[in-house]
Amino acid sequence: MTDTTSTTMGAAIRPRSIHADDAAKARLKKRYAAEQRFKWIGAAAIAVSALFLVLLLSTIVTQAWPALRMNYMTLPVDLSTAKVDPGALGSVNYDAIIQEALAAKIPDATSRQDRRLVRGMISTGAGLQLRQDIARDPSMLGKTVDYAVPVDDFADLYLKGLLAAKGSVVPLQSAVTVSADSGDVDLGFDKGDILTFAHAAGATEGENGVLNLTSGAASLLLEVNGGIIKLTEVSPAANDGSTAKGTVIVRPQGTAQAAGGAAKLRVIDAPESSRKISDKEIVWLEGLKGQNLVESRFNTIFFTGGASREPELAGVWGAVVGSFLTMVVTLAIAFPIGVAAAIYLEEFAPKNRWTNLIEVNINNLAAVPSIVFGLLGLAVFLNFFGLPRSAPVVGGMVLALMTMPIIIIASRASIRAVPPSIREAALGIGASKVQTVFHHVLPLAMPGIMTGTILGMAHALGETAPLLMIGMVAFIVDIPGGFTDPATILPVQIFMWADFPEPGFQQKTSAAILILLVFLIIMNAIAVILRKRFERRW
Amino acid sequence: MNKTLLATTVAAFAIAASTGLAAARDQIQIVGSSTVFPFTTAVAEKLGQGGKFKTPVVESTGTGGGIKLFCSGVGENTPDFTNASRAIKDSELETCKANGATPVEIKVGFDGIVLANSKAGTVVDLTKEQIFKALAKNVAVDGKVVPNPYTNWSDVDASLPATKIEVLGPPPTSGTRDAFVELVMLEACQDEVKAANEKACPEIREDGAFIEAGENDNLIVQKLEANANAFGVFGFSFLDQNADKLQGHKVDGVEPTFENIASGDYKISRSLFIYAKKEHVGVIPGIEEFIAEYTSDAAWGPEGYLADKGLIPLPDAERAKSAEEAKALKGMGS
Repeated sequence: MTDTTSTTMGAAIRPRSIHADDAAKARLKKRYAAEQRFKWIGAAAIAVSALFLVLLLSTIVTQAWPALRMNYMTLPVDLSTAKVDPGALGSVNYDAIIQEALAAKIPDATSRQDRRLVRGMISTGAGLQLRQDIARDPSMLGKTVDYAVPVDDFADLYLKGLLAAKGSVVPLQSAVTVSADSGDVDLGFDKGDILTFAHAAGATEGENGVLNLTSGAASLLLEVNGGIIKLTEVSPAANDGSTAKGTVIVRPQGTAQAAGGAAKLRVIDAPESSRKISDKEIVWLEGLKGQNLVESRFNTIFFTGGASREPELAGVWGAVVGSFLTMVVTLAIAFPIGVAAAIYLEEFAPKNRWTNLIEVNINNLAAVPSIVFGLLGLAVFLNFFGLPRSAPVVGGMVLALMTMPIIIIASRASIRAVPPSIREAALGIGASKVQTVFHHVLPLAMPGIMTGTILGMAHALGETAPLLMIGMVAFIVDIPGGFTDPATILPVQIFMWADFPEPGFQQKTSAAILILLVFLIIMNAIAVILRKRFERRW
Repeated sequence: MNKTLLATTVAAFAIAASTGLAAARDQIQIVGSSTVFPFTTAVAEKLGQGGKFKTPVVESTGTGGGIKLFCSGVGENTPDFTNASRAIKDSELETCKANGATPVEIKVGFDGIVLANSKAGTVVDLTKEQIFKALAKNVAVDGKVVPNPYTNWSDVDASLPATKIEVLGPPPTSGTRDAFVELVMLEACQDEVKAANEKACPEIREDGAFIEAGENDNLIVQKLEANANAFGVFGFSFLDQNADKLQGHKVDGVEPTFENIASGDYKISRSLFIYAKKEHVGVIPGIEEFIAEYTSDAAWGPEGYLADKGLIPLPDAERAKSAEEAKALKGMGS
């Protein structure tokens, strides 16, 4: 307390100070109100951004979730020497072996079209997978083994409940008679409840109350006597009964009358014409599921496979390796050059017009749109130096150009933050300028430099635009083995999957986004840890 | 710390150098149209699965960009194939030849462009003229050319529903847009508009009735699901793959189905091509095998895997002819 304040305090005898009158109180109130308001606005801003973040993450996670598992079908595959000649493994038609095993499980599919549908239920990559597994484990040969093959993407979506999932299975009150056990059959019902279901399915009504189920109505599948019959037409009959026409999908055991309540009706809400999985496939899949031949497993293909046009075979590993290779090149170029430039500019360079110009330009460079670096890469690295297209080495160089200004700026800031006393002490005991910088200043600045570098790298990891021009936005199946092999990166993989028409890729897209986010979070966490543990404050 | 860092840097460069920048390319490179991309990638994957060749690298650069890269010369640094959603132009062919590249044209199939909406909406039967009237920037009303005054479909034609004209479509950079403009807007261009200004025909209105929804057709599909009144313009394969959510509108009385596009009854369809570089055959391994795989019935036939991906196959006779020409590697203009 100084004298002046104590005198003003002492002068409180004055009844009305300017800090105590009504206007002052009002002012004070207003000030407090403004403060409160600001606090509220701030809190609201945080709440809104947190809400969006939660919304974004939860959407991605819920969408990605189904992609983490995949359905496999276990089939007894005949690998006896009659089918697979151990001497000529390369020329065996493995797809045919698997399809034969599957066809044996679905005896009802006899026509050519049905066979085609059956073939379509398992992934086109199944044969390739079997070939690779045999190469890895030849002890499988010479016998029949139970072998799990991935199912086709649409079958997988159905089994996950993402396709044609809406529907119900209800017991039918009527007793049912079936005229035959194959082909087109006539059905008789002693009650009329099937008519209600047909109406609810959206059947078109024709003459004499005949309900046609073939055009755009929900599918009605009747399970009777262990068989399954798809109804095509339902009509009322005498004595409150009803009749129906249908096609056998699974052959019933005999044509004896099924008692009331014994037959079941499966309703699939989406009409067959408007989904990519047919009634037959659904019936067969349910049948295989009933035999415990279908199981959901952790989706290893997604984490170990390269890109593919079949959603069930597509994986992120190729893109992860590509991203890693690209980042290694970026780091190897941007870090040493960036740090060296920062040290020179901060510690050695004279402060004159030229260094000012350079400084301004480095700051400008940090703000240049990334696509411009891509164009530069195309013009310089590809066209002038003739480096290969789609190669991580070029991608890394382009991203290094983009990251360098960020590293320079971060490095300069942290070098500048080292107090002059350190330098003076070092110089004072006879260290040279270079010794001072490399023995004292740089180690102390390193945590800050590392933080800046990691953030710069995280930024580069998420970039696609600069790589568009140099051919890294491409469909590349083979997993890259080196810096000059064609490769793509995670964000590009996400972008391409988002663009493919097959619905199976939608979950893959979200899952890949999740993986990219995990990488970014890890990198940012490392940056935070480095800063917290090693950063010194003066 | 600095020494390890230096060592890593040096090692990284050493690896980069040792992998051999000069090694001959043993992998096919393909560029070009994003419409053909889904099909070519499927064939590329099949070729790679065979195990004899590396899987070709397929880039989606757009038709124009692809042809430019393709025609830039002969040699390892130029692509071996380009996908195209239209035939190569004469000017492009000249550039190609001037640079020593001879393209071999292979027509691989058709793609239909559909107008579709969500299943929650109603199916309408449109004519090309109606589409033009709904979407053109300038239309003729009572013989005068005026900026498009229509806000509802019922304003265009009384038979259409009284819902707002809201069409989501591709931006001008897209090949789908080019084809849509060519097959609908130019063909159905009103005489008055044509007479007033020939260049006005392909112009699409910019007052909010036509919404450029970006190159990503999946995005259009999602937006259509959310808005039952909106129509979308995109390639048939997206309608085919999303048949549970979307329905296609009839154009000139013909429904956009696989069969109708294949037979040519559905008029808004275009041919898709791939171009192979003749000079690279025998230099880059696998080119002939790639062509053979593409033109095999297991791939581009009516029941092939490309049909499953939404490619509409050529008629049998034309397919056989095209396959034969492809096998003979008949260069263009030679």
